[in-house]
Amino acid sequence: MNATLPHFLIISAALFSLGLLAALSRRTAIFILIGIEMMLAAANINFIAFWRMAPRMPEGADHSGVMFVIFAIAAAAAEAAVGLALVIAIFRHHRTTKVNEINQLKG
Amino acid sequence: MAETVDQLFINLKQWLLGWLEWAPEWGVQLASIFINISGVLGVFLTLFALISLVERKVLARIQNRYGPNRVGPFGLFQPVADGIKMLIKEDIVPHRADKVVHFLAPIVMVAPAILALGVIPYGRDMTAFAIDGGILFFFAVGSAAELAVFMAGWGSNNKYSMLGAMRAIAQMVSYELPLILAAVPVVMAVGSLSPTLIVEAQGFGDSSTWGADAGFLGGLPHWFVFTPWGAAGFALFFIAALVESNRTPFDLPEGESELVAGFMTEYSGFKYAIFFMAEYFGMFAVSGMAVTLVLGGWQAPAAILQWVPSYFWFFLKLGAMGLTFIWIRGTLPRIRVDQVMNFTWKFMLPMSFACILAVAIWHYSGRGLVAWGISAAIIAIAYFLMSRVFQTKTRFAPRTYRYAE
Amino acid sequence: MNIFALIIISVVVLAGALSAAFLPRLVHATLAVILTFVGVACMYFLLGAEFVGLVQIFVYVGAVAILIVFTILLTNPEEKSEGVNWLGILAAAAVFVGLAWAITNTALPGQVPEVEPLTVKQIGDTLMTDYVWPLMGIGLLLTAALIGALILVMEEKE
Repeated sequence: MNATLPHFLIISAALFSLGLLAALSRRTAIFILIGIEMMLAAANINFIAFWRMAPRMPEGADHSGVMFVIFAIAAAAAEAAVGLALVIAIFRHHRTTKVNEINQLKG
Repeated sequence: MAETVDQLFINLKQWLLGWLEWAPEWGVQLASIFINISGVLGVFLTLFALISLVERKVLARIQNRYGPNRVGPFGLFQPVADGIKMLIKEDIVPHRADKVVHFLAPIVMVAPAILALGVIPYGRDMTAFAIDGGILFFFAVGSAAELAVFMAGWGSNNKYSMLGAMRAIAQMVSYELPLILAAVPVVMAVGSLSPTLIVEAQGFGDSSTWGADAGFLGGLPHWFVFTPWGAAGFALFFIAALVESNRTPFDLPEGESELVAGFMTEYSGFKYAIFFMAEYFGMFAVSGMAVTLVLGGWQAPAAILQWVPSYFWFFLKLGAMGLTFIWIRGTLPRIRVDQVMNFTWKFMLPMSFACILAVAIWHYSGRGLVAWGISAAIIAIAYFLMSRVFQTKTRFAPRTYRYAE
Repeated sequence: MNIFALIIISVVVLAGALSAAFLPRLVHATLAVILTFVGVACMYFLLGAEFVGLVQIFVYVGAVAILIVFTILLTNPEEKSEGVNWLGILAAAAVFVGLAWAITNTALPGQVPEVEPLTVKQIGDTLMTDYVWPLMGIGLLLTAALIGALILVMEEKE
């Protein structure tokens, strides 16, 4: 039996909600970033699944799904890098990474 | 006749698959993959045993002593003795170590090394997995090996392991960049990421992208190492390969005089043997990739020598690179960690960008003698600029002497 | 495309994601997330986008995971396990139910079209012709992220 588009979409929806769960159920800032990365990965699976399963246009190949995912992976990596740098900078100041303890604007 | 010997292993595999005509198609595919994998593993496990002995004897001779010479003639059964010793040693796990992570670290270390061995072409049509993005696959699984170093250091719950692991990861991550960027000029010149096509492009003038002597000096073989960007790329790749395998002069992570054994401190017996094997497999993989990229892969050095089987040339070149690794280990002292970092960020990275610029100009200047001259000039200028302008000698204060009163 | 392969890969991905949400020790959760990323890369291979799968392993497992690991090493978070966040589970379940309802009630193509495999050369050609401005933009973004991350963690010279 072949795997069709709804299968992939359900799996990516499950990964998205699990990423949301990971982002919501952790107190450490690092793990919230990890949850965001999982949600981005789920969205990328959606793109590739639609690119693969869509009916083919007769006037040549359309690679926009793959292109979008390549740029999305690059942007996600950049955002993870800057986010983790922020976490380290905040840790140096507050000496903690728990997001419920970083609740003062004053240093 | 030469053709038969050259294609010996391919014909052997086809004969073996002929026994499976009754099987469904996915069965034949699985069997084919299995035969490929066992071939690669068999060859490289034997080579690993041999090179551990060769390393000890060559290092010993460099240090003016004999190596192991008691077990068998010329110490040839020493790897067997080593293997038996590793297998029967007691496996000690520290009490407060993280058991799952500690157990998985050697496995995660050796798996990328074996995976990387699969995309290298060992002879004509003899690649285990011939995928389109082979070079990218090689570097992608190579970058997964750093995780294993972290797992080993963390899982041991030991300060020395943690320090060694952090140094090793910092070193390996920093040298990933020159390693990959040194392979980019070759990919640009050939126009493909597939190692099979890269080796074929270094052949003898029957590939459509090359003229008879296009861009090369006279009767030299058409390997990329004889072009200026190829030679510089090879030097960069070789140094980065030394760092990636954590070998002297960059073996600070396992600096035996400082860190006990670095991230491998708490591993004994079979797990240490797996780490040892992973280090050598990594060395083979990266040497194999260097041979494929710039040294011509399985191509013979001269057109008249093409009757020698292709895998013979490949393993000859691989052996030469392995011997060079061992030679450098026996000769050079260890480099300090801040010198290592300075070297990569201030010298090797700009040099690799200069190589990329040089290959672009070489290609668009028609790949002739003029192009050779211009690209050699670019690389020479870049080299002198980097090494003179970015001098990072620490300036010491004048020495003061204090004597005991 | 076999459904067995999809089942195995999706079990790996979802098990990794679930463990990442619930494992008490941070290093174990990081390893589970790395397993998820590898599973997602396998799913890209299954869907025929091999280059993207390789880029996923390269970027996520080889770079983002190392970043996360280094941050955990440098900040040493305590590993006290708090109680299960029921509101979070409820929110995630609600999102999943909503998405699944939307997916099953949409008319989606049921058959799998046959395509020739996507080579790296085609991706390169497309990147350099149709998508050259996003390529320049992403280069700029990555440079800005690099410089920004460096400035954020540089020690200020007193």
